[in-house]
Amino acid sequence: MHKQSFGGGDAMSLLSSTTRGTITRATLTKDIRLEWRSKDALNSMLFFSLLVVVIFSLSFDPLAEESRRIAGGLVWVAFLFAAVVALNQTWARELRNQVLDAYRVSPAPPNALFMAKALGNFFIVSLLEALMTPLFIIFYNLRALGPAWQLIPIGLLGTWALVVNGTFFAAISLRTRSRELMLPLLLFPISIPAVLGMVAGTTAILTGENSAHFWIVLLLTYDVVFTTACLALFEKVLEAE
Amino acid sequence: MTDAPPIITATNVIKQFGRFAALRGVSTEFGAGKFYAILGDNGAGKTTLLRIIAGLARPTGGCVSVLGMSPRDACREIGYMAHASLLYDEMSGMENLRYFARLYGIDDDKHGDQAIRMVALDPTLSRPVGQYSQGMRQRMSLARAILHDPKILLLDEPFSNVDAQSAREMVTLLTRMRDAGKTILLVTHQASLLEGAANKFVRMGAGQVVECTNSLSAAGTL
Repeated sequence: MHKQSFGGGDAMSLLSSTTRGTITRATLTKDIRLEWRSKDALNSMLFFSLLVVVIFSLSFDPLAEESRRIAGGLVWVAFLFAAVVALNQTWARELRNQVLDAYRVSPAPPNALFMAKALGNFFIVSLLEALMTPLFIIFYNLRALGPAWQLIPIGLLGTWALVVNGTFFAAISLRTRSRELMLPLLLFPISIPAVLGMVAGTTAILTGENSAHFWIVLLLTYDVVFTTACLALFEKVLEAE
Repeated sequence: MTDAPPIITATNVIKQFGRFAALRGVSTEFGAGKFYAILGDNGAGKTTLLRIIAGLARPTGGCVSVLGMSPRDACREIGYMAHASLLYDEMSGMENLRYFARLYGIDDDKHGDQAIRMVALDPTLSRPVGQYSQGMRQRMSLARAILHDPKILLLDEPFSNVDAQSAREMVTLLTRMRDAGKTILLVTHQASLLEGAANKFVRMGAGQVVECTNSLSAAGTL
């Protein structure tokens, strides 16, 4: 067992990656177990996304060509708003009974907690996307004219972009009075480049007119930059009183 | 304040919340292997002092040393029990302890099982903690605090909402822990429960340590 705290930089560097991995895995498993039991986030997200699909499909009656042009925007905006529901719940559970304090007094590294939360959100939002995408395809009669396999990296990188920033900003807004309002206010402006990449990349693949390569690289760069920044800054956020 | 070698030292600790001073230059020492009862009215600064020693709050001025280190660096040797349970209501007691054990690098269930038995609960109880009685929840919270066998226990109002019998059982358990060499700092409004158990009674008022006595009657709180 290490004699170091989670607070100091030297202590952090001494913590083995195995310990971090174990704590990340334990926290992730715990979060998924709690979500599986309550289904708080998943139910709200599914209901919201389903409403978006149905309402938009009833509001418009686009031709196949028009569908391909607008579907990227519709899909990602629906997922973005639905993800906010899950992200708002991420830390709420840790506030009940002040459980976060139990983590803060332990020697567990803050990064492990952040990574577990981000991975948990990634899992839940990806699950939602996997369930909702077939519905979008059916309701909007979608067929990709470009290389459809490229939708996978765009989906994965785009989802990670949303959840990594969302997890971070949800932690920042944790102690604010109107945190459910604060999260979108903080998250949406900073997510604009990622949302642009997701929408433009998806549209490029669906219409087959342009290559999505540039947008995939943009999303990858965005993910690397923001994941690094969030991991570096999370300790300060967790220590804030 | 202590005849035993100091394990916790607070030097001129100040804590401001905006314009409100919760602690106004607290300087005190807590000796190893002693049981301290920290008493005082609401707003006296008891909880704030405990949170600073636990590393959950930073002092605005002054410093706190635990085992010669900063509270954060000594966190493996500190067990903290707060007003709230610090437990997940949706998980059973054992599931909670299993998770918190991982945070201290403990991979087996033996420690959790032992901690639950020490507080006279059943480790096989599969009911979620949210369905526990308040007394059971307090005891499970104590089990979480002692899970990693810390040298120092910081307990904030462990007897609140606990019936008299359970409270006496907790005091007996804490006395045994003190005898085993643990240093205990316990914040309470039910000082009479600790008569004959605590070694020192520290009375706080208006963000300062007012006095430290060996008996409750001398502390002027009876």
